Amino acid sequence: MSKVQTKKRGGKIHQFIIVDPNLCTGCETCESICSFVHDGEFNPINTRIHRVRIEPIFNIALACQKCEDSPCVRSCPEKALEQNPETGSIIVDDDKCNGCGFCIRACDFGVISLHLTTQKALVCDLCENMKEEFIDPEVGEKEPQCIAVCPKEAISLKNVEQIGEETRIEAVKRLFGDIIADSQA
Amino acid sequence: MSKAKEITLPDDVKGYTQVRLDVDLTTGKIEKTELSDEFCRDWIGGYGFASKLLWDEIKPGIDPLGPENVFIWTIGPFPTTILPTSSKFGVFAKSPLTGMFGMSISSGSVGAQARRAGVNMVVFKGKAPEPVYMVVDDDDYYLVPCGKTVWGKGCWETEELLREEFQDQRLAVLAIGPAGERMSKLACITNDRNRQAGRTGMGAVMGSKNLKAICFRGTKGTKVAKPVEFYKMAKKLIKVANGPATAKYRDLGTPAGITSYNKLGMMPIRNHREGTWEKIDDGTFTGDTLNIDWVVKKVACSQCSIACDHIARVPKTHPDWPNVFASIDVEICYSFGTACGNDDWPTVFKCVALCDDLGIDAISGGVTAAMACECFEEGIITEKDLGYKLPFGSTINLVRFTEEMILGKGFAGEVFGDGTKEAGRRLEEMGRKNASYYGMHIKGLEMPAFDLHGMSSFAVGESVSIRGACHLRNGAYGLDAKGTFDRFAYDKPLERGKKIKGLEDVYALIDSYIICKFTRGIYESDAEMAKVYELVTGIPHTEESILLRGDAIVTLSKCFNVREGWTRADDHPPERFFKEAHTKGPAKGVVLKEDGYQKLLSGYYEARGWDKETGIPTDETLKKLGLNFVIGKLKPKGGKN
Repeated sequence: MSKVQTKKRGGKIHQFIIVDPNLCTGCETCESICSFVHDGEFNPINTRIHRVRIEPIFNIALACQKCEDSPCVRSCPEKALEQNPETGSIIVDDDKCNGCGFCIRACDFGVISLHLTTQKALVCDLCENMKEEFIDPEVGEKEPQCIAVCPKEAISLKNVEQIGEETRIEAVKRLFGDIIADSQA
Repeated sequence: MSKAKEITLPDDVKGYTQVRLDVDLTTGKIEKTELSDEFCRDWIGGYGFASKLLWDEIKPGIDPLGPENVFIWTIGPFPTTILPTSSKFGVFAKSPLTGMFGMSISSGSVGAQARRAGVNMVVFKGKAPEPVYMVVDDDDYYLVPCGKTVWGKGCWETEELLREEFQDQRLAVLAIGPAGERMSKLACITNDRNRQAGRTGMGAVMGSKNLKAICFRGTKGTKVAKPVEFYKMAKKLIKVANGPATAKYRDLGTPAGITSYNKLGMMPIRNHREGTWEKIDDGTFTGDTLNIDWVVKKVACSQCSIACDHIARVPKTHPDWPNVFASIDVEICYSFGTACGNDDWPTVFKCVALCDDLGIDAISGGVTAAMACECFEEGIITEKDLGYKLPFGSTINLVRFTEEMILGKGFAGEVFGDGTKEAGRRLEEMGRKNASYYGMHIKGLEMPAFDLHGMSSFAVGESVSIRGACHLRNGAYGLDAKGTFDRFAYDKPLERGKKIKGLEDVYALIDSYIICKFTRGIYESDAEMAKVYELVTGIPHTEESILLRGDAIVTLSKCFNVREGWTRADDHPPERFFKEAHTKGPAKGVVLKEDGYQKLLSGYYEARGWDKETGIPTDETLKKLGLNFVIGKLKPKGGKN
């Protein structure tokens, strides 16, 4: 969850939404639910996670990567964006944001957009601002709803150190599978 | 009285946009009207909407490829919500292939984009003076001449070009290919590259109207009547839709059925000569092999939890068709595979890719090719006719035949380019006796992947389908496959009829919602299906009232067929099943028995409240279903092909 910080040598490290393209089928459910829990209506145009399909077979969804020294924050002429030092989330001050779109141009991942109605910058908040009524009573707190609904469990919340470690373990299993299998038999 | 009329409408109906666009292609005039709350409540969506419109707005006896035909595009109340498989749409018209009720359903991104654009239904009449495509871009509706741009292009290129034109990779495009443009009765409509409204020649109807494509995009949100409850239920359904209830569609996909139906002698081999195949027994042509060796990705339609779309790839190193991608399900493993006696996977993929891109239904296309293979083996057509040999098991020549059939070129195109029924007629006109015998169709629509020799219940279920041979109108194959009734016997006609009717009513509802039949098993009950409708629309239909609408929808579309000249003889499987038995397998030596079949057929009519002898809905039934407007209008006008 967004409250979680992971210690990193030399500073803090942030978790962000990451999607496994091997699992992602491009179903767009994440986009629909993002708009629904924030606005109370289904409209993927107002999503903070964006499905990308490159024919014939590639599917993925992208959301805010929580970059350090974020270009979107630096680019905002109105100083409407700031990064929460704890969670890494980009916080948009709707009173200051004038919808100029400089942040959209600055983002290397194309994961900022403007809300159709309010014309304010829209960026993944890990559902910190989702509507209370949609909180799952069994969970009892806000959590990223795209992860909760993704039918393929393709979406997760990770930091780069976790991603690195998982990749290393996978690589080792690939390279030394026989030895590992033998030792575990 | 219809029970629906007793259902109180809420002040504000949600889900539906209730916007109907009428496009007069002859004049270019586009009119916007509102679908009433009552219309939505009584006809639910998709198939239901169209059953009422085709009855009301198509003059009996018209030419399906003439300007008088009415082409309807429509959705139900669910697209854009996260209800699993909600992004579906349907197209409807009088079918050029059957001369009766034409319908086809597809999904991809179209339903969701169109819902965001704010339209519920688009009705096309007349014929454009030049090729055009239609654009629905939020509240901007217009026709764009395209004789010099996308006309003549394949479906895939058309979609790419229009997305480039709009600078929008998410633009929803449904298009016809060269086959639809030349009004092949096999023509499909392709959207999102791998999705097709394939059956009953709806692409030919678009072609006859000079309508190349329809593009949708929109920015409007969808509110539902009870958001919190809906979200709770939808989350549960998404979870269930990724559980055991749909495992067969996700894992191996529908091709898993190749092995199971082969074991039962129900997998059609070599144009339904046999029901089992050694190439399946030895693992060459199974769902497992397809997945292990060829499938590279599973893709989902918008808002689908299942992701059944299995994309297979021919490797770059293949000498004939390098790097071909095709979307594969059991139906095309049958049509271009087992039915053609072809166990070469890349040949199947190439044929399917040609059908999807150039625009014909890959079921009808493959079954028509299978007819040609058998006609070749029987000497009814020859190498001299075709310019090449075409026995069962052909590969390169099957691809060649397929391309000619689609494009209407050569002997293959001229004779087989409009499907099996037309091919039989043309060959017999040329003096090739008995050619029609090899056309495996019912009412003119080519058969799906079930062999009826040992399927006495589904022989009825498939034959009574209002759109011609089809497994998706009632899914009664399950009654035979699961052993609900003795599949080699003809007992319990009324009980079987009632089972088929029950399935058919639910399926009609599914096609009206419109959701995917693969999610049939995710609902705890029909009551839960009614509940989800209420949570989205606010219209408090009950299980009983909504199933009665399914009944009414099936009966009204049947009435359309009756008015076009349908008779009991049209509800009949091809002669082969009564005359020629398999030589091996579980159905060895079995043929359908005419008297037994007729007994079961009467049982079905009786269960539906249709006249047991003629199969025509009785006045009493029409009244019970609220179809009083039909009474006295069921005199055949003789418009069927």
